Amino acid sequence: MSKVIVFCEHTGGAVRRASLESIGAAASAGAEVVAVLWGPGASDAAASATGASKAVCLTGGDAYSADAVAAAVADVVRAEGAKGFLAAATYRGKDLSPRVAAHLDVTPFTDCIEFTAEGDSFRVRRPWLAGKALATLTSEGDVLCATTRLNVFAPADAGAPGETAEHAVSAEPKARVTALEGKGDAKLDVKEAPVVISGGRGLQEPENIKNVEDLAAAIGDAAGGASRALVDLGWRPHGEQVGQTGKTVSPQLYVAVAISGAIQHLAGMRTSGVIVAINKDADAPIFKVADYGIVGDAFEVLPALTEAIKGAKANA
Amino acid sequence: MNIVACVKRVPTTEAVAQPTADGKGLDTSGLQYMISFYDEIAVEEAVKTKEALGAGEVTVLTLGPKGGTKEIRECLAKGGDKAVVLTDEEWHLRDARSTAKALVAQLTSMGADLVFMGRVATDRDNAAVGPMVATYLGWPCITDVIGLELAADKGTAKVETEEGVETVEFSLPAVITCQKGLNEPRYAGLKGIMAAKKKPLEEVAPDATANQAQVVEVALPPARKEGRIVGEGVDAVPALIEALQNEAKVL
Ligand SMILES: Cc1cc2nc3c(=O)[nH]c(=O)nc-3n(C[C@H](O)[C@H](O)[C@H](O)COP(=O)(O)OP(=O)(O)OC[C@H]3O[C@@H](n4cnc5c(N)ncnc54)[C@H](O)[C@@H]3O)c2cc1C
Ligand SMILES: Nc1ncnc2c1ncn2[C@@H]1O[C@H](COP(=O)(O)O)[C@@H](O)[C@H]1O
Repeated sequence: MSKVIVFCEHTGGAVRRASLESIGAAASAGAEVVAVLWGPGASDAAASATGASKAVCLTGGDAYSADAVAAAVADVVRAEGAKGFLAAATYRGKDLSPRVAAHLDVTPFTDCIEFTAEGDSFRVRRPWLAGKALATLTSEGDVLCATTRLNVFAPADAGAPGETAEHAVSAEPKARVTALEGKGDAKLDVKEAPVVISGGRGLQEPENIKNVEDLAAAIGDAAGGASRALVDLGWRPHGEQVGQTGKTVSPQLYVAVAISGAIQHLAGMRTSGVIVAINKDADAPIFKVADYGIVGDAFEVLPALTEAIKGAKANA
Repeated sequence: MNIVACVKRVPTTEAVAQPTADGKGLDTSGLQYMISFYDEIAVEEAVKTKEALGAGEVTVLTLGPKGGTKEIRECLAKGGDKAVVLTDEEWHLRDARSTAKALVAQLTSMGADLVFMGRVATDRDNAAVGPMVATYLGWPCITDVIGLELAADKGTAKVETEEGVETVEFSLPAVITCQKGLNEPRYAGLKGIMAAKKKPLEEVAPDATANQAQVVEVALPPARKEGRIVGEGVDAVPALIEALQNEAKVL
């Protein structure tokens, strides 16, 4: 059985859902998983790396250094004789994986949506041109390094690691994280949220974004997204932009409000589970990818939808 | 300071994907090209850095086709001093490692001090070449940078993660990958366009490391199930709730 090292991010004493999905991807490909965790609280969080047979905690260095941690992770990959390395396609994972790959002198694969066994190595499927095409790839490298797209793989249905070990981060850090200015309101990120409600230029005034936020609050577990038009207008931060030059999202439910559905926007959301579009123009291209559409004025439909959802939840 | 902006020629964002007949690649006929969106931000940051220093030179570096100089001249019109083209007609088929190795060889031979790249090239969406180049060079790399301050031998960058905005301190030389918000790329004025015609553009045969990535198949994503308009205006809301609850089961 091939071994896969999975870099596990953790917060509040537990491994993040996105990393559990990476473990799930490796486990479903029949691999034995070794979880690697860095940072304060790693040894407590290791117990929640379900699906891994072993956890390795990286010690030393109190400030995160991507270059130093990547060197240590590559050491673990070599020491374990692993054939694969996975991380979630989060900021950290995407930043780390190519560095680990360079240490191992292999080419990395970003944002994979499938991960299966191929001999003693692996085969991946990943988007090209922001998902306009899907490529199935294998690697001639010794280790297959990849990041897994969020909300695509299921966490492994298995127990906690039976064994834990430590490995020191020994390389001299060249870059270090010295401060974090948190989001404060603990808002969900569009990439992680199970529900995304996005607004477009048809909202007409920045105040009207409130309608979108109210709907998100009524549904719960929802993040607000935006078309590039809204971001360019400066009404929403770039971190919320969905599309080819923003974030690619695959939530269970995506609601596009007053968004026309330009090809660059569709590239960022067309793999969502269920797509709902609300647009006053019945010919808007967004309806071509929508499972359910309402043709109508967002200013009338949104408040009614928000109330109806509150009502439905109260009855549930 | 020897400042380099790495740019890639990619299909425009309007491009429609069409797998080739053998199902192993994408049809390139009829594609229009542009400099990858984030690489324009890299060029701007390189030029701004030089302007702030009041000294130094900005080289625009690309691994690309011989015939792709129109886009490279545009980068020179926006303030690059000279260009180096690592000529390869199959630049778009290289995997991230092969591309990174070619760039590393050139950056080493030209003695680069500071390298700006895009966050991701919008063709293969690898977001990998920057951190790989830095790792091969033994340099720090800060990815997706939205704010940057540089001193003589070190710098401070701001990056946006899922958790918030992080501050990263690093030593120079370094690779910086640029995210939207770092700057607003300038337009090339007529003067810039004229000046660009006279700027040096050197063609170099690149390091040819073979690909490790092997394409098994390239396909279009499965078509989405035919959807439906549940109705018009406020009256359609109950039907939508019903569909989301009982059909799609997402509420
Ligand atoms: C290089 C490049 C990269 C790009 N990257 C991205 C990207 O990452 N993400 C992205 O989103 N775009 C991107 N774009 C831009 C894209 O081409 C579109 O311009 C953009 O998506 C349009 O945003 P929109 O749908 O909000 O606005 P519009 O296209 O103006 O659409 C507004 C919609 O609102 C509807 N509407 C108006 N009033 C109402 C109302 N009262 N109620 C209901 N509906 C109403 C209209 O019918 C219309 O369909 C990119 C473009 C380029 C060139
Ligand atoms: N062929 C290339 N020539 C020059 N720079 C490149 C090339 N490919 C990638 N890069 C640089 O690396 C960045 C990230 O590319 P990628 O890893 O392919 O997403 C790009 O934004 C460019 O700055």
